[in-house]
Amino acid sequence: MSGSQNHAEPHAEHGDHGDAHGAPHGSLRGYVTGFVLSVILTAIPFWLVMNDVLGHATLTALVIMGFAAVQIVVHMVYFLHMNSRSEGGWTMMALIFTIIIVVIALSGSLWVMFHLNANMMPSDMHRM
Amino acid sequence: MEKAAAQVQVSNGAPTFYVTEEEHEHSGGSTMLGFWIYLMSDCLVFAVLFATFGVLGRNYAAGPSGADLFDLRLVAVNTGLLLLSSITYGFAMLAMDKGRQAAMQAWLVVTGLFGLGFIAIELYEFAHLIHEGATPMRSAFLSSFFTLVGTHGLHVTFGLIWLVVLMRQVARRGLIEANCRRLMCLSMFWHFLDIVWIGVFTFVYLMGVLK
Amino acid sequence: MTSYPEWWKLVFGRFTFEALPLHEPILVATFGVVVLGGLALLVLITRMKAWGYLWNEWFTSVDHKKIGIMYMILGVIMLLRGFADALMMRGQQAIAFAGSEGYLPPHHYDQIFTAHGVIMIFFVAMPFVTGLMNFVVPLQIGARDVAFPFLNNFSFWMTVGGAVLVMTSLFIGEFATTGWLAYPPLSGAAYSPGVGMDYYLWGLQVAGVGTTLSGVNLVATIVKMRAPGMDMMKMPVFTWTSLCTNVLIVATFPILAATLALLTLDRYVGTNFFTNDLGGNPMMYVNLIWIWGHPEVYILILPAFGIFSEVASTFCGKRLFGYASMVYATVVITILSYLVWLHHFFTMGSGASVNSFFGITTMIISIPTGAKIFNWLFTMYRGRIRFELPMMWLVAFMLTFVIGGMTGVMLAVPPADFVLHNSLFLVAHFHNVIIGGVVFGIFAGIAYWFPKAFGFRLEPFWGKLSFWFWVVGFYVAFMPLYVLGLMGVTRRLNRFEDPSLQIWFVIAAIGAVLILFGILCFLIQIAVSIIRRDELRDTTGDPWDGRTLEWSTSSPPPDYNFAFTPVIHDHDSWSDMKKRGYQRPLAGFRPIHMPRNTGAGVIIAGLATLCGFALIWHVWWLAALTFVGVVASVITHSFNYDRDFHIPAETVLREEDSRSKLLARA
Repeated sequence: MSGSQNHAEPHAEHGDHGDAHGAPHGSLRGYVTGFVLSVILTAIPFWLVMNDVLGHATLTALVIMGFAAVQIVVHMVYFLHMNSRSEGGWTMMALIFTIIIVVIALSGSLWVMFHLNANMMPSDMHRM
Repeated sequence: MEKAAAQVQVSNGAPTFYVTEEEHEHSGGSTMLGFWIYLMSDCLVFAVLFATFGVLGRNYAAGPSGADLFDLRLVAVNTGLLLLSSITYGFAMLAMDKGRQAAMQAWLVVTGLFGLGFIAIELYEFAHLIHEGATPMRSAFLSSFFTLVGTHGLHVTFGLIWLVVLMRQVARRGLIEANCRRLMCLSMFWHFLDIVWIGVFTFVYLMGVLK
Repeated sequence: MTSYPEWWKLVFGRFTFEALPLHEPILVATFGVVVLGGLALLVLITRMKAWGYLWNEWFTSVDHKKIGIMYMILGVIMLLRGFADALMMRGQQAIAFAGSEGYLPPHHYDQIFTAHGVIMIFFVAMPFVTGLMNFVVPLQIGARDVAFPFLNNFSFWMTVGGAVLVMTSLFIGEFATTGWLAYPPLSGAAYSPGVGMDYYLWGLQVAGVGTTLSGVNLVATIVKMRAPGMDMMKMPVFTWTSLCTNVLIVATFPILAATLALLTLDRYVGTNFFTNDLGGNPMMYVNLIWIWGHPEVYILILPAFGIFSEVASTFCGKRLFGYASMVYATVVITILSYLVWLHHFFTMGSGASVNSFFGITTMIISIPTGAKIFNWLFTMYRGRIRFELPMMWLVAFMLTFVIGGMTGVMLAVPPADFVLHNSLFLVAHFHNVIIGGVVFGIFAGIAYWFPKAFGFRLEPFWGKLSFWFWVVGFYVAFMPLYVLGLMGVTRRLNRFEDPSLQIWFVIAAIGAVLILFGILCFLIQIAVSIIRRDELRDTTGDPWDGRTLEWSTSSPPPDYNFAFTPVIHDHDSWSDMKKRGYQRPLAGFRPIHMPRNTGAGVIIAGLATLCGFALIWHVWWLAALTFVGVVASVITHSFNYDRDFHIPAETVLREEDSRSKLLARA
């Protein structure tokens, strides 16, 4: 149909604007590297928790959160092909902004609600 | 774009105030960014659910806790399935880049099957929990658990429906520009769900069974 | 309700004939008026054979200009409803003294103040700002349409769907009685078992989808579709504030959607997020809803700031003072708006450390806002000020908004807030900033861009009358509330004991009547302008000696906005073009690639609205059916690849020629 032909024309031009169309979708090597890394980064936390390797809950929690953070970065880089160049840096900008908002919302909620519970439930009826 | 303007200005002495070429971008050019922005907004839906789980996730109301309920082996299998589906989707995208439609469709089928397996196991887990009396109504912990994990599952389900629709569209029209763009959007969606799952298995399941 | 058989429940869910408010004469009368008015309108449209025109040219249009205008019409209609609620409240509070119960029973009164808040924020202020952004932004950045024209149409109809649900609650069932943010546990199933709360939830959910998608759309538009040469620091200020507003929309409306969804689960499934039982915590709802709620305030006010910036530089005939500081102030406000939400619940017991943090961040946010006020002032300083209507709104805004801002800083002090929270002082404060900021801004924007949208200016006499009624009416209506608030009168009360308070409420009611005259004058102004459109005609496309790109094209602009995509060298680009002897291109036009109209948006949004309605009444079969319908029509729509066409060069030539003739006449 004519619609598809119409599409082809403008896209031929904007390929050189350097947006996602021009950006590589990654390579076989990239995907495999990402996969192997994420398998490792998944397996270690499971192993740590299932076998209680560290023997200390808080320490284990911190360590597995560290692994999660690293794995998220791995996925961003190898699977989502995040970089500071695609779409003129706007995807990265949007991501950073979102991370800031998510951190504010998460940590803020926990902080506010923790203090609320501490102040308003002196008998501590539920287990914190 | 800015470069183009600079060239226009330099090309002759008097400034030019319009381009005679029809070079303005149409919706296709903004799709990837627009979809990314949508994903960022979806992130905030999950942020709310994670925050709710973070605040209410230890309110067991004398009911079962994560340590009582979660079967980490099942979660590990599920995580594996999602990871595998991620790389097979990646292979599909590589096939798409090379224009190998049949290979791409095959990889999409594999991806879809892994996704289906994930959903099946999750449904089994939910059914099992509900059967044991650990319903979403039992405690705030279970409410937030079912909602967070369930919302992720719903996203995967919609991803699967989308996958099937896209395969049909590729079969009809081939790897035309519009279809490739849609496949790339679904790719971002799929990998995004994978990232959310990292948060889920870490914060909900693994940290849930820690004492 | 007892006599209805089982099959009735299966087919009609919770609906019974008792749900029709036949026992409330006010509602029956309103219903009669609405039905008669609606029938008259339908007959008129049919007699004029306008259905095809409306459907083809407006309802299914993907043209950002028409969608923008439709948003404005929605805003005006809902303003009338929301304001009717306000008048009823003021009337009730003015007479319900010394044993008198007034004319509104508590249950009805509670619905009215809830509906007033919900409608004014979601279905008046939001459509107005979205409408202005939709209309103006693509023109200001030299684009032919938004990034996703179909999505734009769909977003609009989802907003309409939400409004329809809220309006339906007036005649079928009831509306929420919880206040506009519906705090649990009051809004939970235990204390609000009726359909009112569900109308609230699904109305906002349906409209929220539209708002979020429209936010995505406009962000992508501003980021990707600026004309060549327009880098970020050459964007018009209104586009800047629109960008920040839409970033806020994208980053907050999902929070609202998720929070309302959790409350919905509590009500429908019986989960325990915000209940008092089994570990639930109602305070979590308050926390989450304000993470959305505070940025929402800035979603409304930032575009108003942008409008005033455009108005200031245009009507003072000079560049905006401190463009860069204006941009940075906007961005800083965008980020800071996420760090202040707890000031809405200082008194709920988070303790001194948390309260001081949020108190301080709240005070900090007044700094960039203050910088903006000074920028407008310095723009006026030594400018050649033309006191046209938009400029008058700007002056009124600066005076009024500063008062509202200062009472805001007072409330930001936690100990003061402990005294003033939940009082009429707070009510006066937020009306002070929303009317003095957002509403004045919208009226300035309407007066400013009306000639661009319709090709003729608004008649100034009735506009000025409307202006004076609004401004005076505002002060008469809300200054008494400050006084009452300081005396400790709490909000949302249906009747009072202390007769010495009555005089203040009577004054406030008089103020509300003055505002009513303001609204009527505004409507008359539009009618008079339409009647006298020939003498008010704008043939130049640039009636105010404007400075930004939207004034470079004709009024109203052609479908394609610009025959050739403009190239920008400086900010205030149209001003720059005029100064440097820009010549309008008269020949050499090429076919222009444009999106095609589609009815899919109306259909999908209609199904979604029906789905919401079915869920409200627990008509499960209809909910399932319409939900499947939504998914199916989205999929069907995705199989349509034929979404655009070319406007032939001859058509462009014809349009541009007719403009040349118009310009020659001027």
